[in-house]
Amino acid sequence: MDFGLTEDQILLKDTVHRFLEAECPTTRVRAIMESDDGHDQQLWQGLAELGMHGLIIPAEHGGAELEVLDLALIAEERGWAATPGPFLGSSMATAALLAADDQDAKSEWLPKLATGAAIPTFACGEKVGEWDADRLEATVEGDRLSGEKPLVPFAGVSDLLVVAARDSDGPGLWLVERGASGVEVTSIRGNDMTRRLDSVRFDGAPARKVAAGRAAIDRARDVGLVLIAADCYGGANRCLRMTADYAVTREQFGQVIGSFQGVKHQLANMATDLEPSLSLLWYTAHAMDHIQDKAARHAALAKAHLADLYDSTVRYAIELHGGIGFTWEFDLHLWFRRALFNRSYLGGSTYQRRRAAELGDW
Amino acid sequence: MNLSYSQEYQDFREEVRAFLEENWTDADRASAPEVDLQTVRGAMGGGIRKDARATEFRKKAIERGYMYRGIPKKYGGGEQPPDPLKATIIAEEFRRAKAPFEIMGQGPSMLAPTLVEKGTEEQRQKYVEPTLLGHILWCQGYSEPGAGSDLASLRTSAVLDGDHWVINGQKIWTSNAQEADMMFALIRTEPDKPQHEGITYFLIDMKTPGIDVRPLRQMTGEADFNEVFFDNARVPVDSIVGNRGEGWQVSRSTLKHERALIGNASLARRTFDGLVAMAQVIEVRGEPMIKDPVIRDRIAAVEADLLAAEYNGYRLLTLGAKNQDAGLAGMVPKLHSTNLVYKVTKLAMDILSDRGLCAPGEPSAPDMGGFSTAYMWYWGMALGGGAPNIQRNIIGERGLGLPRDVRK
Ligand SMILES: Cc1cc2nc3c(=O)[nH]c(=O)nc-3n(C[C@H](O)[C@H](O)[C@H](O)COP(=O)(O)OP(=O)(O)OC[C@H]3O[C@@H](n4cnc5c(N)ncnc54)[C@H](O)[C@@H]3O)c2cc1C
Repeated sequence: MDFGLTEDQILLKDTVHRFLEAECPTTRVRAIMESDDGHDQQLWQGLAELGMHGLIIPAEHGGAELEVLDLALIAEERGWAATPGPFLGSSMATAALLAADDQDAKSEWLPKLATGAAIPTFACGEKVGEWDADRLEATVEGDRLSGEKPLVPFAGVSDLLVVAARDSDGPGLWLVERGASGVEVTSIRGNDMTRRLDSVRFDGAPARKVAAGRAAIDRARDVGLVLIAADCYGGANRCLRMTADYAVTREQFGQVIGSFQGVKHQLANMATDLEPSLSLLWYTAHAMDHIQDKAARHAALAKAHLADLYDSTVRYAIELHGGIGFTWEFDLHLWFRRALFNRSYLGGSTYQRRRAAELGDW
Repeated sequence: MNLSYSQEYQDFREEVRAFLEENWTDADRASAPEVDLQTVRGAMGGGIRKDARATEFRKKAIERGYMYRGIPKKYGGGEQPPDPLKATIIAEEFRRAKAPFEIMGQGPSMLAPTLVEKGTEEQRQKYVEPTLLGHILWCQGYSEPGAGSDLASLRTSAVLDGDHWVINGQKIWTSNAQEADMMFALIRTEPDKPQHEGITYFLIDMKTPGIDVRPLRQMTGEADFNEVFFDNARVPVDSIVGNRGEGWQVSRSTLKHERALIGNASLARRTFDGLVAMAQVIEVRGEPMIKDPVIRDRIAAVEADLLAAEYNGYRLLTLGAKNQDAGLAGMVPKLHSTNLVYKVTKLAMDILSDRGLCAPGEPSAPDMGGFSTAYMWYWGMALGGGAPNIQRNIIGERGLGLPRDVRK
């Protein structure tokens, strides 16, 4: 029994932490976020050199063959640093492809994904908040896909769309390549400018079926839930620490504001709620590869729990910074916006808890 | 991260089962069932078997390392490396077999580890094992009418007279003093020294003449805590742990163990499992409560927080086994888990709907009124061992580096 990170995992996390600190401070976050497509090829390449894009890809396809927990450590660091870019969608797409049946497609694409030479994304959710594989309406007839995916991460910069849809046999996964005919990408104005979303319309687009059934779709969605939960912890922890630091520098009434109990106790409450959730996150990420019967339900519970905590933590963080916290100039809104994205994407907390209730046979 | 029930753990479960099969027979199980841990009284350590048969069984279980795993063998403990999975397996199997388990309360969980850490060899030999077996029942004499959160301002005094200490003063909120054999207490022995350096840690026989215990009735209606008056009570000179004036330091190690005890999520878990079971049977408008969308949502929200508390416990055990500092993760459990008890019991009350008005023991209530007691016990847990604001000070100051609060 060992409930904690391995030496290798601590090293991995540390490496990414230092890389992002050096290469992507908030000045760069802002520059990327204000660019047209919200994507910085140089940053993507830098992470590729660290092997970040192939973390969960098998060695035979050029990856590091690690687990969802390792990926979650990266997500946590990205959450801490508010790193922009197509990490979430590409990770879900990679997880989907890994869970697919088509070996040729894997051999063709996984090596390119592992090196970062190609960026994939995952197109699943439809209408308002519908992420259930059995309720999707995008349809494939022959090898032509039609339908609408309103919230696809970074579709504009992606080389490969991994699409959840249905054909006469039921739900499944299809690949659609960049530049294919019958694909219309329209960017969405989102609150979180570090993680772009596009609406994608498929109108008879050529599509290659790579998985039948809903298992691969669910897997990708669950990986997404875990990564969002990890992003939440990283971001919330950053907000907590920033605020604690601010509380020992900002003075009012002749003393630092952290010496007022009202401030101290708000911070203590934030830490009390947040700190145990790291263990829930670790357990859940670990379960994704090792405890199959608990993984899906834990992913739903953890996402809801951490998204709610991120929301409340960032709320107090801004309050405790006073007027400066409400400015565009000051960085806190970067995390606030990510919290907004996290609470909504893949379905809100009520939706996740409803799923957890169903998965628990309540 | 390794949480799999590998072969080692499956074998271990078999081994525990075989042990129980052999040593706690069907006749034992039938004769006097262990107390129901679902009840608050059970969860707080009441009604546990301590008779000869139970003691004989406990000794064997300790010998095998199934109980008191943190206490060395030579003092009567089970002495095993921390292993939450094994601890879970043991707890599950013992519960299933209705076998006697560890005695709960302040003696085994707080005093015994403190003596192992800070006591003399003689004190360890004399007290630890009988405490673990439930043969010496302890109470904790720290709080006084004028010294609660500001414990170091305590005034109960002891003066050396020949080979005896003479104690005068008053303790309050002393849990279980009415049935305790012994008290571990903080008492002022050096009135001229600075507050924290004038306190000594005492072990006091409750039968000493001059000690008067007067029960206080709690809001729950029960009387588990007391006032304890000392009027020239004389105890032997060797009744102290550590040196004169070092009591504050010795007590820090006790409090650490107490917060671990209260910080444990097991009461919240038992209550939670109970409320889920109840929500499946209580019907409103022809449907079980658990089908109500709002109730489901709230149960799932509380469950996530509960799981966080439990896994944080795993994390702490692992860190402890590696001798690593737990930082914030080790400071928040008391406040987090008592908050959790509030959330869980409040939810249980809402599920009970109008039956939540039934008092403890009311036979027509679906829970026999147990949840309303648990709901009230929240304050007992929140205040005992340090009020919530004091926890917040500790977390803010030691955990987040904020300036220290007022101190005398
Ligand atoms: C069920 C129960 C069992 C107990 N069992 C025992 C026992 O066995 N042995 C024993 O010795 N004691 C026991 N206690 C006593 C317990 O430890 C004290 O109640 C607790 O430490 C608080 O002290 P107090 O009651 O004097 O409250 P006070 O210290 O007067 O506190 C009152 C309020 O003021 C707040 N407060 C105090 N100081 C500060 C500060 N600096 N900053 C902000 N807020 C502050 C507190 O948070 C609290 O909310 C028990 C208490 C209960 C409820």
